[in-house]
Amino acid sequence: MATDALRVLIVDDEEELVSALVERLQLRGFDARGVTTGAEALADLETTACDVVVLDVKMPGLGGLEVIKRIKRERPELEVVLLTGLGSSGSVEEGMEAGAFEFLMKPVKIDDLARILRSAGHGRDVEEAEE
Amino acid sequence: MSLEDLPSPGAPERDLDSLISQGRYRRLFLTVLIAVSVVAVVPLLIMTGVNYYQYRQAFRSEVSRPMVGLATSGKQGLESFLDERLSALELVVRECTYEELQDPVRLGRLLVNMKQAFGGFVDFGVLDDKGVQITYAGPFELEGRSYESAPWYRQVAQHGTYVSDVFMGYRNAPHFVVAVEHDTDTGHFFVLRATIDSEVINRLVASLVTQPSADAFLVNQDGILQTPSRRYGAALDSAPLPRLAAGSQATLSEITDGRGEDVIVSHAQIEHSPFTLVLVSPQGELLAGWITLRRNLLIFLGVSVVLILAVVSVGARHMVNRYREADMLRATAYHKMEYTNKMAALGRLSAGVAHEINNPISIINEKAGLLKDLLLMSREMPPRDKLTELVDSVLRSADRCGSITHRLLGFAKHMEVRRETIDLDSLLIDVLGFLEKEAAYRNIEVTFAFPETPPRIVSDRGQLQQVFLNIINNAFAAVDDHGRIEIGVREADGERWAAWIEDNGVGIAEEHLAHIFDPFFTTKKGAGTGLGLSITYGIVQKLGGEIAVQSTVGEGTRFTVTLPKGPAEE
Repeated sequence: MATDALRVLIVDDEEELVSALVERLQLRGFDARGVTTGAEALADLETTACDVVVLDVKMPGLGGLEVIKRIKRERPELEVVLLTGLGSSGSVEEGMEAGAFEFLMKPVKIDDLARILRSAGHGRDVEEAEE
Repeated sequence: MSLEDLPSPGAPERDLDSLISQGRYRRLFLTVLIAVSVVAVVPLLIMTGVNYYQYRQAFRSEVSRPMVGLATSGKQGLESFLDERLSALELVVRECTYEELQDPVRLGRLLVNMKQAFGGFVDFGVLDDKGVQITYAGPFELEGRSYESAPWYRQVAQHGTYVSDVFMGYRNAPHFVVAVEHDTDTGHFFVLRATIDSEVINRLVASLVTQPSADAFLVNQDGILQTPSRRYGAALDSAPLPRLAAGSQATLSEITDGRGEDVIVSHAQIEHSPFTLVLVSPQGELLAGWITLRRNLLIFLGVSVVLILAVVSVGARHMVNRYREADMLRATAYHKMEYTNKMAALGRLSAGVAHEINNPISIINEKAGLLKDLLLMSREMPPRDKLTELVDSVLRSADRCGSITHRLLGFAKHMEVRRETIDLDSLLIDVLGFLEKEAAYRNIEVTFAFPETPPRIVSDRGQLQQVFLNIINNAFAAVDDHGRIEIGVREADGERWAAWIEDNGVGIAEEHLAHIFDPFFTTKKGAGTGLGLSITYGIVQKLGGEIAVQSTVGEGTRFTVTLPKGPAEE
């Protein structure tokens, strides 16, 4: 499973949220890991393989929108799912235009997230999609 | 806290009462009343005064002219009467020799002729230069009497002629004496003396009385009646009049006589005699027309003044009431506006607040979800440490939510004025708490510069929160991402603290600086109400403070709020 599992990077400034999400996704068979800043996310993507990035829009320092723009510039094939709070429809539109795969409102339902991650990772692994 | 606990805009009656104090409107009412009354009544008083004076002058001259004329003609009549008698005596002493006049028969004949020609003569007497009456013609036996020491004899010897006061004498009827002196060729002199019956001048004087209430009489220099007076009694009684000024011209005076009656007196001295002619008329009768006119004038004035005061009083009361109503409406509107602004400020924060509250909810969601996952998906019971850690995390996040909602409600509820001791630095940090996340997301650097001693003031927490939230909100709107905001407090002077909020944002154009505290002035086209800073200004003033702004376009803006350390004076 470890080799076939979808590699997911969670990026959110709330450390406790990141750790819980990582653990829950792992329990559902994802190869999940997390970081708490945009800069850490970009550094992580440089060194470690990844299929889908789950990215919080509002973060101190390097914000989610800036991060997605940089990811899409370097690696357009890497899918990004955006996490947003309430009342930031402007940011969502901007993120979708930047090439996000989908967006989810916080608090997220883990099953919705898992389903979206799978469909985002569909292009990478046909076998898994056929399962 | 429920929705009912939030203040409504209709609540602040106590606040308005202090603003709209009774005393302020009473003072305004009195000021208006006095000012308008003075403006309306003074010209009326002046006009009435001028009219009063002119009418009085007119009436007086109308009254005085005939009285003075009558006195003058009466004086002339009396003077010519006396002159005639003296001239007759002069003629006798010139035409007849001293020897002839010593003949009683001749003197008697002369007396008879004089009585017929002039009337009024009672007797004649001739006195030698020793004052002895050597010849007498008349009803009494007065021959041989010496008048050497009589004052009148010395006067006639000295001045040549003499007219005496009226006296009773032997006849027991009022009469007076006229006498002339004549020098003989032998170097001696003699005196011709005649007694004249007062009845003649009584008739002359009585003819000067033209009205039933008027009076005319003669007085001597001691104020003794020389002719009978209708008002003051018979001849030789004392006339109850003040001393009249001596003068040969007829003059008029208004006096109160000894009987307490106001009278108009015209008097003139009769030349070469001790007599003064006096004409008296009661003022009431002479000035009846004037008194009626004066009464009418005063009634007109009184009625006008009362009417003016009544109209002015009603008008002023109406005006002040309208003014007061307008003030109350304005105060109510202002208070609603303040409330609206506060709610709007909160509204602007709502996105940030929602996001902020959403994060701990998300954590709770995930931690609880993980707990459930572990319970359902693991074959064995998860370790106790793991469970405790998850539950702790849920509790911490719930706490976070609680503190956010408390802060929000705490801000919303402080609408009533309430004085308490406040540390300005912690209040500023509290207010910034609303914007902490926005600062983080937008990478705005917020720095503090607080003094070592707590900047403590006695003021209203809710109002101050609104003031600083408005200013700090503006600072956040002015700076770009990665901007810088400095918040600080310093001691302005012994009595006041100055708090400042400085940003390195877009700045305010110089032409706008003068208007930023004006209501409805805004440069955020469509986005602002233009009320925020005007309300901020109003609150700072109400709290006894001052607000100042310095700004340079492209460099930034600095707002300084200076607040008294003690409670603001009401």
